[in-house]
Amino acid sequence: MSRLPELLEQLEARVTERGGVVHWAADANEANAIVTDLVKQTGSERVIKVKSMATQEIALNEALEAAGIQPIETDLAELIVQLGEDKPSHILVPAIHRNRSEIREIFLKAMPGVDPALTDDPPVLAAAARKYLRETFLSTKVAISGANFGIAETGTLAVVESEGNGRMCLTLPETLITVMGIEKIVPAWQDLEVFLQLLPRASTGERMNPYTTMWTGVTPGDGPQNFHLVLLDNGRSAVLADETGRQALHCIRCSACLNVCPVYERTGGHAYGSVYPGPIGAVLSPQLTGVEDNASLPFASSLCGACFDACPVKIDIPAILVHLRNQAPHSRAERAAMRAAAYTMARPRLYARAQRAAKLARIAGRRGRGLPLGWTDARDLPEIPQQTFRDWWASR
Amino acid sequence: MSSRELILGRVRAALRDGPAPGPAPRDYRRSFPSADLDVLVDRLVDYKATVRRITEDAVAAVAAEIAGGTIVVPEGLPSDWRPSDVLVDEGDPGLAPDRIAGAAAVLTAAAVAVAETGTIVLDASPDQGRRIITLLPDVHIVVLRPGQVVASVPEAVARLDPARPLTWISGPSATSDIELNRVEGVHGPRNLHILLLES
Repeated sequence: MSRLPELLEQLEARVTERGGVVHWAADANEANAIVTDLVKQTGSERVIKVKSMATQEIALNEALEAAGIQPIETDLAELIVQLGEDKPSHILVPAIHRNRSEIREIFLKAMPGVDPALTDDPPVLAAAARKYLRETFLSTKVAISGANFGIAETGTLAVVESEGNGRMCLTLPETLITVMGIEKIVPAWQDLEVFLQLLPRASTGERMNPYTTMWTGVTPGDGPQNFHLVLLDNGRSAVLADETGRQALHCIRCSACLNVCPVYERTGGHAYGSVYPGPIGAVLSPQLTGVEDNASLPFASSLCGACFDACPVKIDIPAILVHLRNQAPHSRAERAAMRAAAYTMARPRLYARAQRAAKLARIAGRRGRGLPLGWTDARDLPEIPQQTFRDWWASR
Repeated sequence: MSSRELILGRVRAALRDGPAPGPAPRDYRRSFPSADLDVLVDRLVDYKATVRRITEDAVAAVAAEIAGGTIVVPEGLPSDWRPSDVLVDEGDPGLAPDRIAGAAAVLTAAAVAVAETGTIVLDASPDQGRRIITLLPDVHIVVLRPGQVVASVPEAVARLDPARPLTWISGPSATSDIELNRVEGVHGPRNLHILLLES
């Protein structure tokens, strides 16, 4: 990351040498405008898409639809989400919140030409998606992808996948548009030997994922003959400016932290209300869009540290969470209450008196009545014990 | 100011505190004994590929038997590997997609194979052809020479030329998107056959 400016310029030079066109997008609107224009220039009214967190982050599908272009998601889970007019809930398996019978119903309702005798057997459902998408792959002239890695030294881009929809999109169309966050860059070709071992193992636990495609610009006679690379900032440079938070840019989107997180396990991905769910989302989303827009996310953690243990690129997520909590806005009443508590707890005699007062309050009224912060709307105030520790100690 | 200048300016400003480039330690496993073909076979079979160890003169007959119909072959495939019923893809312009998709199988060589991960890498050389021909048929038959097998991913990366379009294949197409059940065979070839030549 410390060499990011020179590496970006190097990547741009290599891709351009090999017949690609590089575009720079400072924010989501600019990226969407660039991609929409590029699609319009081809005259195509439909694009096929490889699963990509970056294009989800910038809401590219919505922008394309607004311009009269139909985006078709080709990853099975993304297709389930798209046909179900739904939102993804996991980085790697976005339809993990749907069971097989729900998926069958979504296909029966929304998949053109689907066999009405469709069962809910996963291989049958996968075969239905294969049949539906095959014709689309062959007849669509433009594809949009993300990138797992961009290699500055050679100008090579890599997409790591399982189903083969990535190979289809990266091979069959005439035009390929790749949207890549500027942090996805790695310096050297040799660095792939590290990441190709880390990513599949951390992500799915496989020794290697079924398919990885790598391409460098345009190869005459093989694959898309027009290649555009859109380099996306959209808040990443601001993340880079934060000395504690910048390590979040090392994320390779493996989702290992989601899979071990006790909070994610209970709440699921939708509860985060951001494109990037789970522990990494709780540090990445507030940094990309501003802490104010995601003020609750840094608190959506018990700081147990399981994410840090699981992270293959060693992002200290708990440390960033604490850092972001300090930046999150706190209400005036909350700040006053915390200051009063700090003052009381620092003075033993005052603290003892406060404990006695709390005991009286317990006798006086229903639990939590009169608390001003709405804290008891969704939870109970713990019962205050009959005897304080100090009383117990004195009577021992 | 162009967005390029804007972004590069922001990134430079973000790095004003001058963080030193982190070390790139290379002390992970990088040297290996010579590749173990039995490990490769074990990993391929584990990922639901079918492996046959045959002699070179048997390639054409075995491929024809697996395919049971017309086989797409790249122009540079060694002529004595070619079965009788073939469609030759001559590259630019090559076969139309529907003719490739309609074939029973595709037969190619490979560039490198990784024993530890059960991975075959294609680099679109003349004996492997355009990427499209190994994508549309439902059966992919790969002929592998023992000398092409390396033990590990780092050795494969070192052997490959990044200027070529590369396809890394570890077993047939698969998904775990429905209730995390692994289903072999979505969009890519649903059947992967490896013909490993005897040395």
